[in-house]
Amino acid sequence: MKTPTRRSLILSALALAFLVAFGWIVTTQGPLAPVRVTLDTARAMRLERTLFGIATVEARRSYSIGPTLAGRVARVLVDQGDAVAAGQLLAEMEPVDLDARIVAGKAAMEAATKRVQSAQAAVLEAASRARLAKNSAERYAELRRKNFVSQEAADTKTHEAAAADAAHSAAVAALAAAIDEAKRAQAELSGAGSSRAHLRLVSPVAGVVSARLAEPGSTVVAGQSVVQVVDPASLWLRVRIDQGRSQGLAVGLPAEIVLRSRPDERFAGRVERLDWNGDSITEERIANVVFDRRPDGLAIGELAEVTLRLPAIEQALAIPLAALQRRGAQSGVWQVVEGRARFAPVTAGAISANGFVEIREGLAAGDAVIVHSAKALSDGTRVKPVESLR
Amino acid sequence: MINLAARDVLHGWGKFLFTGIGLGLLIGATLTMAGVFRGMVDDGQVLVDNSGADLWVVQQGTLGPYAEPSSLHDDVWRGIAAIEGVAETGNAAYLTIQLTHNGHDLRVMIVGIEVDRPHRPGAPRYLTAGRPILQSHYEAIADERTGLKLGERVKIRRHDYTVVGLTRRLVSSSGDPMIFVPLKDAQEIQFLKDNDALVNERARTAANPAFNRPGVPGLLEAAQAGATQARNVNAVLVRLVPGADPAIVADEIQRWKRLTAYTRAQMEDILIAKLIATSAKQIGMFLVILAIVTAAIVAFIIYTMTLAKVREIAVLKLIGAKNRIIAGMILQQALALGVIGFLVGRIAAGLWGPAFPKYVLLLPQDAITGFVIVLTICALASSVAIRTALRIDPAEAIGG
Repeated sequence: MKTPTRRSLILSALALAFLVAFGWIVTTQGPLAPVRVTLDTARAMRLERTLFGIATVEARRSYSIGPTLAGRVARVLVDQGDAVAAGQLLAEMEPVDLDARIVAGKAAMEAATKRVQSAQAAVLEAASRARLAKNSAERYAELRRKNFVSQEAADTKTHEAAAADAAHSAAVAALAAAIDEAKRAQAELSGAGSSRAHLRLVSPVAGVVSARLAEPGSTVVAGQSVVQVVDPASLWLRVRIDQGRSQGLAVGLPAEIVLRSRPDERFAGRVERLDWNGDSITEERIANVVFDRRPDGLAIGELAEVTLRLPAIEQALAIPLAALQRRGAQSGVWQVVEGRARFAPVTAGAISANGFVEIREGLAAGDAVIVHSAKALSDGTRVKPVESLR
Repeated sequence: MINLAARDVLHGWGKFLFTGIGLGLLIGATLTMAGVFRGMVDDGQVLVDNSGADLWVVQQGTLGPYAEPSSLHDDVWRGIAAIEGVAETGNAAYLTIQLTHNGHDLRVMIVGIEVDRPHRPGAPRYLTAGRPILQSHYEAIADERTGLKLGERVKIRRHDYTVVGLTRRLVSSSGDPMIFVPLKDAQEIQFLKDNDALVNERARTAANPAFNRPGVPGLLEAAQAGATQARNVNAVLVRLVPGADPAIVADEIQRWKRLTAYTRAQMEDILIAKLIATSAKQIGMFLVILAIVTAAIVAFIIYTMTLAKVREIAVLKLIGAKNRIIAGMILQQALALGVIGFLVGRIAAGLWGPAFPKYVLLLPQDAITGFVIVLTICALASSVAIRTALRIDPAEAIGG
């Protein structure tokens, strides 16, 4: 056997390096390699929990102001954005024949008043006639007893007194009728006046015009809005929160609001009201959130993201949520036992906003669990813990 | 007894080694091709496994949600959840779209999943970084292939989404990486039109006398509100209680709910047999051609190597070497070439495999099969050279 030459030594070394490289590639790449995983330990911590929802800016109170009768719009005095005071005239409807009817009513009222005066005069005249007839009837009765006049003449005077008395009663009744007639004319006139007042659309509150929905000359039906007024102090958010993640939703929870127009600003608020009616179609609950200090320039209908803070859980044993896995119906975690993965069932609790989950049963503080893995794990998979999988 | 083949190789080892490496690269290409096919199959498998579903309920008569479009109302799950054997349901929406992120285009499959609790069917089963989605809007889990990082914000249609988790190897059947978003966002991405279209649609509705009659206040608004609803999903994923027979439950759903349901095996068949059938045939053709080319090249190399040794073989014959020795030398060299080629090829495939845009899966059994085929080809190819060598006239050693 010759001593090996330098060349054959180099060749052997090359061949060896080659085989080592081959072996390394086969065992570290592809299906034969152990699965790389990252570990973390279960530890006690403070769990901050939040609820999240998308909201729209809405006015708590919005007033739609329109006519009570169909008609044509005569004037609109305000435009959207105008501040209005309570009782301010916003718009007016075309009165059509109402003004003429008011004139007619006024004339009827005048005539009725005059008829009352004439009836009063007629009463006076009838009263005076009655008095005269009564006196002369009494005189004739006296004269008849002394036989100065005939029975015929005395009877005639008695009859004249009774007739004058009846005429007086008739005149009194006519006066009462004229007064009633005047009252009717008065009532008709004030009715027409009220109808006329109804054509003036006035603001019930101090606020801001949010919409001008009809222009002069357009015809609107009863109940249709001509102008909308909102009370800007009542702007709030209508938040939609997924039913599955709405546990703990309550009035008074502090809220953090991000408006879509100002994504870098955070506004504080709180839950003011919970709607009894959820949305069964979108499976969401609805809550109303008010701003602590209302920012200027809010637009109704603007989207916002609302994060509600639930009371934190102190000193809960927790692991990263990514470590929580499920096998069939059983929640659990993967642990490393002698270089192999093993599934350990756990009972999970609340989930925090920063991605930790409370473990109520199955782990003790300090237990290591697999958080991330490069492949799906099964019992007995060989694993290799690393810092990170990148 | 000295080994003639080894001696001969050592005599011109550089040339021999480079020939082996060249052959190895060719074999590496062949192995990679097989790996590409296996990777496609495995992608489908991972998609099915990772959804965590036992049944896929889709629009009646479609192969949805991956192979064909399918559309269902998002409340059919209530009826499905009531069927015996169903443990949990999860709505899912799938849509492939093109994003622009940091100036470059990104083709992704948006997957809408229910996020009200962890591990709903459809959600990724394991992560390689970050955490599952917690918010019911605007958070996303992206596959590593998208190139997105944790905490990065990516704009999808109307909104910005924050990447909170990363997955590995979750791609659609065409290799587009997945981005998981909350279902309601995915519905909006899929069904809510862009603003121009919305404005245009509103104008059309307003111009339609049927929806905008004088004297009916509110009708137009009602019609327009009804037109901008996104209340559909592409599939309902169903998890069964342990021990339930998927075929029976699927049958129940098909019969009473007027929907189509696929079991895991059927879904794998759709994803693997139907969706990638043509690609698989394409790759198969390529594999066959590569194998033929490899065989031809090996035969050619060994033949020229033998022809270069005509004189030496003639001398061997002249000094009375047996045919067996000569044949053995050529065969051994051919096999050695094959072994070197295979090792180089396997290493090369292992090194460049991860650089491919789609997953390349190099299975050990594929490597073993490849090894056997390479050695068979080498042995067959050397037979041509051996025949030539045995016909050499010993006289060539001295004359010629």
